[in-house]
Amino acid sequence: MYKRFYRWFPVFVLPTLAAFTVAFLIPFVMGIWLSFHRFTTIKNTHFVGWENYTRAFADEGFMGSLRFSALFTVVSLITVNLLAFVLALALTRRLRGVNLFRGIFFMPNLIGGIVLGYVFSLLVNGLLGFWGVDITYAATYGFWGLVALNTWQLTGYMMVIYIAGLQNVPSSLVEAAAIDGAGAFSTLWHVKLPLVMPSITICTFLTLTNSFKMFDQNLALTAGAPERQTQGLALDIYNTFYGRIGWQGVGQAKAVLFFLLVAAVAGIQLWLTRRREVDA
Amino acid sequence: MKLRFLRRVMAAMLCLVLLGALTACGCARKTDVLTVRYLNFKPEIAEQYEALAAIYQRQTGVKVIVETAANNTYEQTLATKMATDEAPTLFQINGPRGYAAWKDYCADLKDTELYKHLTDQSLAIKDGDKVVGIPYVVEGYGILYNKALTDKYLALPDKAVDVESMDEVDSYDELKAVVEDMQKNKAALGIDGVFASTSMKAGEDWRWQTHLLNIPLYYEWTEGKVDFNDSKAFSEIGFTHGDKYRNIYDLYLNNSVTDKKLVGSKTVSDSMAEFALEKCAMVQNGNWAWSQIKDVSGNKVKADNLRYLPIYIGAEGEEKQGLAIGTENFYAINSQASKEEQKAAADFIWWLYSSEEGKKQVTEKLGFIAPFDTFSEDETPDDPLAREVARWMAKEEITTVPWHFTMFPSARFKEDFGASLLKYAQGTKSWEDVVKDMKNGWKREASAIG
Repeated sequence: MYKRFYRWFPVFVLPTLAAFTVAFLIPFVMGIWLSFHRFTTIKNTHFVGWENYTRAFADEGFMGSLRFSALFTVVSLITVNLLAFVLALALTRRLRGVNLFRGIFFMPNLIGGIVLGYVFSLLVNGLLGFWGVDITYAATYGFWGLVALNTWQLTGYMMVIYIAGLQNVPSSLVEAAAIDGAGAFSTLWHVKLPLVMPSITICTFLTLTNSFKMFDQNLALTAGAPERQTQGLALDIYNTFYGRIGWQGVGQAKAVLFFLLVAAVAGIQLWLTRRREVDA
Repeated sequence: MKLRFLRRVMAAMLCLVLLGALTACGCARKTDVLTVRYLNFKPEIAEQYEALAAIYQRQTGVKVIVETAANNTYEQTLATKMATDEAPTLFQINGPRGYAAWKDYCADLKDTELYKHLTDQSLAIKDGDKVVGIPYVVEGYGILYNKALTDKYLALPDKAVDVESMDEVDSYDELKAVVEDMQKNKAALGIDGVFASTSMKAGEDWRWQTHLLNIPLYYEWTEGKVDFNDSKAFSEIGFTHGDKYRNIYDLYLNNSVTDKKLVGSKTVSDSMAEFALEKCAMVQNGNWAWSQIKDVSGNKVKADNLRYLPIYIGAEGEEKQGLAIGTENFYAINSQASKEEQKAAADFIWWLYSSEEGKKQVTEKLGFIAPFDTFSEDETPDDPLAREVARWMAKEEITTVPWHFTMFPSARFKEDFGASLLKYAQGTKSWEDVVKDMKNGWKREASAIG
């Protein structure tokens, strides 16, 4: 068995490994390397040590974006997952047209971020027009506009994962709970929730990383207005890299910090939610 | 047995295909034919460039590959392309600040034919004895107005100003009087406002944070007799004419089609469409905007009625001020390309601006006002705005305002100033704070260039 395994190993693993190396590992290592350099193009670099990192931390925009992204992620985590779970509960009952509804709720996920951002800017501006202002007027408008957009886009996807989780809850357990006299809420809290914990792990992970990394929706809806107060981390990195002569290295350093941050936060979240997973 | 064999063959073939696909992207063969790779800045004339590249190849056998960067992404695209094996041999820098970023890639163009024929050699970008950027087009901007509408206004029996013709307007005070009275009479004139929307959406605010800001800074630097070769002179600015910037900006905002609280979602195309559809009488923009006016469906403005007025801000001696004319388009040749490729690039641009066919393409297809002595008086583009710019340039008593905004420290500075201006328009930021932030922003960005 093992002999066979080793013989076929290169055939099956090498192509993927090669693709992974070319498209991910090499750029990743180069990115870290570049973050210690001053450069205009990646062929022409000068080593500067930790300077880019100190400049990144001294940059007000970076800290502001970090706060914005963190707050945005926390709020999105709650709105997306709560709504997705409620929808999943509703759509796992025996209702007419359940599949149609599932399809409809999933659809926003198939639209590109730039298009969605543009559509939402029309919607939000149309609404705010009644008060004679637009989305650029205050940072709170932009913030909630983005939360609404993100929720609308991600909910359907998370709902599908929750539906799968709920359908895997053995009906024998639910029936047993009913016989023991558990009400709908108790069943949900003590039986269903612990059993869909794996889905919750995946959904919170996806929402967390997606919200942190959000870029195109941010660019199309607010582009940071007013005064970069609604600028997420990804957009800040992009603007640092391309908008300022002599800041490319700093942008790269920010990107490395961004990676470490997302990895750390997601790691903690995975550890926390995994601990609560149980077997049926 | 047979089945297993078949499966193995299939698997092996699949792997080969995958490996092949992977290696194929890495080793595209370089062509031996001499080529010019040009990274074009102006997406609106990308097709015209490709057409003339084909003509050049037919005539000389040299291949010209034109690649075009999308709007507002030139620096990004250039940074990416420069790092590849197929780096552009001909590209453009946007002025002294752009040169600072691309210093290592700009060849000396002192001995090129094109530079020798530059009408005003002071316009080129220089570094010591080296010539590193050659301007290839001259553009102008000012306040564009629709003469049909201003004439209609001037003919009103109850107008409050004693101006008979727009040619008499040569100061901010007069402009303000006319504009404000026109705004009062907007119903009679059939317009929604005098000025088109002040487009303040992020990425659409360059008319204010770059072009308009050029005017007060021109006065500041002229009065201060600033030496433009001394980069230290630009580490800080005083914004001494900030109040005058506010004058004109307020005039735009208060007499506009759009309420000033709503300008944050307006784009330049919105503004140009308003102008083309005669919803407004004036708009600040440059001669490149002709295509944006012409191509609006249902457009009502007649080409003969397009006129330019300088941007008057209330500065001393402004009755002699002309349009802001200059360029931020300078050819640069990649110094890291081979000698042959550099020469091919220089030959291509020389052909474009000196041969009969090339010149015809420049004036008729690209629509450039070319700053070279190879062009005679009558070889100018045929669009009405370019003609207006030429008319203003020809006025003897008028001093043209140069494009000093090529000295602005970075895109970031401009974006931040634009964001400040938007908040001021919405009434959530005081003018004092706008000025303060702008000066600090300048200092911060200028210090990063080093």
